[in-house]
This record gives sequence, structure tokens and C-alpha cells, in this order.
Amino acid sequence: MSLYCRFKGHLGQFELDAEFDLPESGISVLFGPSGCGKTTLLRCLAGLNRLEGQFDINGENWQSDEFFLPVYKRPVGYVFQEASLFPHLSVRANLLFGQKRVKTSQNINGYISFDRLVELLSIGPLLERSVVRLSGGERQRIAIARALLTNPRLLLMDEPLSALDSHNKAEIIHYLERLHRELTIPIIYVTHSHEEVSRLADYVVVMEAGKTVAAGEVNAIFTRLDLPIQHDEVAGSVLNGVVAEADRQWGLVRVAVSGESIWCRDTGLELGDEVRVRVLARDVSVALKPLVDSSILNCLQAQIVEIKDDARNSIALVRLEISDSGGMQYIVARLSRKSISQLDLQIGQNVWAQIKSVAVM
Amino acid sequence: MLDAILLTLKLATVTTVVLLLLGIPLAWWLSRSSSWWSEVVATLVALPLVLPPTVLGFYLLILLSPTSVPGQMIESLIGFRLPFTFAGLVVGSVVYSMPFVVQPIRNAFDAMGERPMEVAATLRASPLNAFFSVAIPLASSGILTGTVLGFAHTVGEFGVVLMIGGNIPGETQVLSIAIYDYVETMNWGMAHLLSLMMLVFSFLVILIMNLSEKRLRKRLA
Repeated sequence: MSLYCRFKGHLGQFELDAEFDLPESGISVLFGPSGCGKTTLLRCLAGLNRLEGQFDINGENWQSDEFFLPVYKRPVGYVFQEASLFPHLSVRANLLFGQKRVKTSQNINGYISFDRLVELLSIGPLLERSVVRLSGGERQRIAIARALLTNPRLLLMDEPLSALDSHNKAEIIHYLERLHRELTIPIIYVTHSHEEVSRLADYVVVMEAGKTVAAGEVNAIFTRLDLPIQHDEVAGSVLNGVVAEADRQWGLVRVAVSGESIWCRDTGLELGDEVRVRVLARDVSVALKPLVDSSILNCLQAQIVEIKDDARNSIALVRLEISDSGGMQYIVARLSRKSISQLDLQIGQNVWAQIKSVAVM
Repeated sequence: MLDAILLTLKLATVTTVVLLLLGIPLAWWLSRSSSWWSEVVATLVALPLVLPPTVLGFYLLILLSPTSVPGQMIESLIGFRLPFTFAGLVVGSVVYSMPFVVQPIRNAFDAMGERPMEVAATLRASPLNAFFSVAIPLASSGILTGTVLGFAHTVGEFGVVLMIGGNIPGETQVLSIAIYDYVETMNWGMAHLLSLMMLVFSFLVILIMNLSEKRLRKRLA
């Protein structure tokens, strides 16, 4: 853990009380409903808001009780919700705005050159255009490149997809995945979208009403039954797997997930590709015997490790573990309390988890 | 006549430069400050819009006169008396035209919002650097409007000049006063000529301003 922060205080009516550690690379997502303080927290990290607290990154202190490094002295890249390009400057001048204000050495860790970024984000053809003639997705790509050209040690992104239509969203997600593979610096990404978090997050910090309530690996967090995210209709588990087999006849691929197999629609994957699959809790049901004569393709052997039963509600949540020598992962099933009682499901019991629908992220 | 025209242009130019140097930082402060007394300052700046110029001129005359304490202080500081001099005219014109410069620039800064300056800060621009490289260019249409209005308004002023500068040819006799003088002495021909020139000048100034503001806005939209 090489990034630590703690912030506490009021901003107007809003009270923030946050504390977490983050890994030194990969995408960490601040996740929570609108208005829970994710953006405020991100702004505190950038120094755009000042609340009492502590912020250390890679052994360097950016804020403490008696010290506050101003925004313009922090090596951060910040991507705002709207691209916020400068309208009085060309695309190229926008890109160079930050770069020419930092003393960059090519030897620093994680250095990416102008040409490499232009190539990664495919913005070559846009360079000589006026910023008012760009689409939403193009603007956001320029904004991301502009932030990265300062060679930041931390990239902060505040719901960068929220102002975009679905077509532009897909385009930017694609580029974000590319950057994820290329960048060595940590990225902190704010979103309230389950889809984005399951696709991009390596690590998740869950926020609720101004507080950080949980933090951890994406599979572990999204299968915790005590977090409010489980109330969401689209709550689901994210599983990591590897493409092990392709069935061209039916257009399916088999993804090996902790020793079990999950068949998914083939979206042009190659054997050996590392993929993420997302299984919604409402699409998982539990049986005591393997299924026969069913249209459901995916039926995994699993062990019940936790049951959360809410007496005021007809629904219960069940956490299932699938494991092999390589490690274990969890899936959550949303079942009726009646079924749990009729099947007499108990913790430790081995069952079959039937999955009605799987999405490859 | 030529004296009066040249003097007027000189006064308007000097006044406009002074107004921009004072007005832009003032407009920025008024736009960003959340303290209640910034609104008091904004009100003071706006006063010449509604106050009769003679009232303004009267108070300035009293304030700057050698019998008042501030007048004595200024006189000992700069070595000469301000009333009935060109420098005195500049002081009066700056106060009188201030709202026409500050208001449009403040509106432009307000319209810009916080975001561009925040973006600039995350791109390592210090506050001062961001002010010059982002805030000023983004407010350019407001600054243009303020410049033109400040200049034109100074060319057209009468009451303040009369009160504080009097009617000294070559020193304080500007166009509007010269016209008044010609009318008083029944020199209708000259009065007509100068009035017509003022009319055409004012029309052209406002037309050019409207056109270039439109272009600037389009570019930044």
C-alpha cells in the first residue's frame, strides 16, 4: 500500500469522513451512489478542495495537519466529468498546456511520450482541429491525453463517461482499458455505474453518505453481503478467468474460473485471454443436484459460505465460493427466503449454482 | 478645434489604459470574492451610472482641492495640484467611466465559472499564470467591450470634466466642452461640425464593438 489518505470535515452542508489505502498501481474505483462524496474526496486528493487530513503517496507527503501542497504543485492528472478543454486554444495547444509547464525527464518512472499518447488514444487526426469541432468522446480523449502529458504520478478521473452517450462511452472505455495496460501509475476513478466498476476496477473503495465503508479487491467487495450495493437491482459478482476453449459452432467460449467453467458468448476472444465475467445476483439460482434437461448452460459446483437473511424482506442473499488450488472467488445469489427454507440451505453445504446469464466485460 | 480633438483622444486613451490596469484585477476580485463588502465596493464602482456627473465632479473637486486633507496629501506626493489640470481630468474620468469597464469584464469572469481555473491548476499553472493564460483570454470579449465603452464614455463626458477641469484650451478643454463653448458664443457652424463628428464616432464605435464581440463569442462558444 503506497497511497494513504484521510480527510474529515465539512464542505457547506456536506460532511466527509474518509480514510483508505490504495495499491500503487492499477485502477482503484471510488464507488457509491450520487451525492455520497466521491467527487469531493477526489477533489481533496487533487487539492482542489481543502479539508483537514493527511495524504501520502509513495512516501511523499502532499497534505498533513501543518502542510498543504497547492494543486498546481501536485504531480496529478485530473480528468473532469466534462472534458473542459480550453476553447481559446487549439487541440494541440490544449495538449501542450500542461506539458510545457512541467520539467519532464524521460527517465522518470512511467514516462509516456507525446507521440506514444497520441497513438494510444488515436488523436493524431484531431491535433490541428478546433476544440469546438470535436465529438464528446474525442473531447474526453484529448482531456485524458492532456492530463497524462504532465507525466503525473497519480491520475484522477471524475466520472469521465457520465457526460457521454452510449456510443462514446464504449469508445472511451476501450481506450481506458488500453491505458490500464500501458500505465504504471495508479488511477483513481470515480463512478456510480456498476458496469464501469466491474469492467475497470482492480480495487474498489465503497462510499456511503460521505464515509468510506469498505475497500478491497473487486471480487471480494462485490460479494460482500453487508454492503448497501447489494440492494441494487444490477448488483453482481465480478469473476476473473481465462479463455480455455472456443466452440465456434455455437459461438461460445469456455472461461476457466477457479477450476470451474463458465460458457459465455464469444465476442472475438482468443484462447488464453484474461477476461472478466459479471454475474448478476438475480441471475443465480441454487440447486441441490446438477441440472438435467435445462436450457441453462452454466452450472457450477460451489459451497455456501454466508447467508444473509433479512426478516423484513422476502429476499435473502447467499454467498457461494468456488475454488481450486489457484485460489477462490465468490458469487452472490439472490434467492427467496422461502427457497432457502424449503431446500434447507446451510453454511458449508455444497450446492450447484445455476447461472442464467453471464456478461463478459 | 484640433486642440480639443487631440486632447479628447489623449484623455480617453490614458483613461482607458488606467481603467484596464485597475479594472481587470478589480473585476476579478469582485467576481471571485464571496465577502459581503465586495458588494459594497461593487456598488461604489457602479455609482457613477446613476449619479449626476456634476455631483461626482463636485465631490472630486472638494476631495482633490488644496484645502482638503486628501488633496494636500496628494499634492505633496505628486508635486502639483490636480484640479484644473489634465491629470485631474484623468482621475475624474477614471472614476466616472469605471462601471463601464468593470461591469462587462466582471460578467465575463462570472460566466467563465471556476472550472477553467481548476483545470489550469491541475495542469500546473500557478494562479497568476492561469489568470493570464486562461482567465484573460476567456474573458476577452468582455475586456473588449469594457475597453470600447470606457473609451467612448470618456470621449462623451461633460459634467465631471467641467466641474474638475474647467475650460482651459489645450489643457482641459475637451470636445464636449468645446461644443458647449461654441453654442454659448453662438458659433453654430462649429457646434454642428463637432456634434456631427461625435455622432458618427459614437455610432461607429458601437457598431465595431458589436461586430467584433460577436466574432469573439462565436470563436469561444
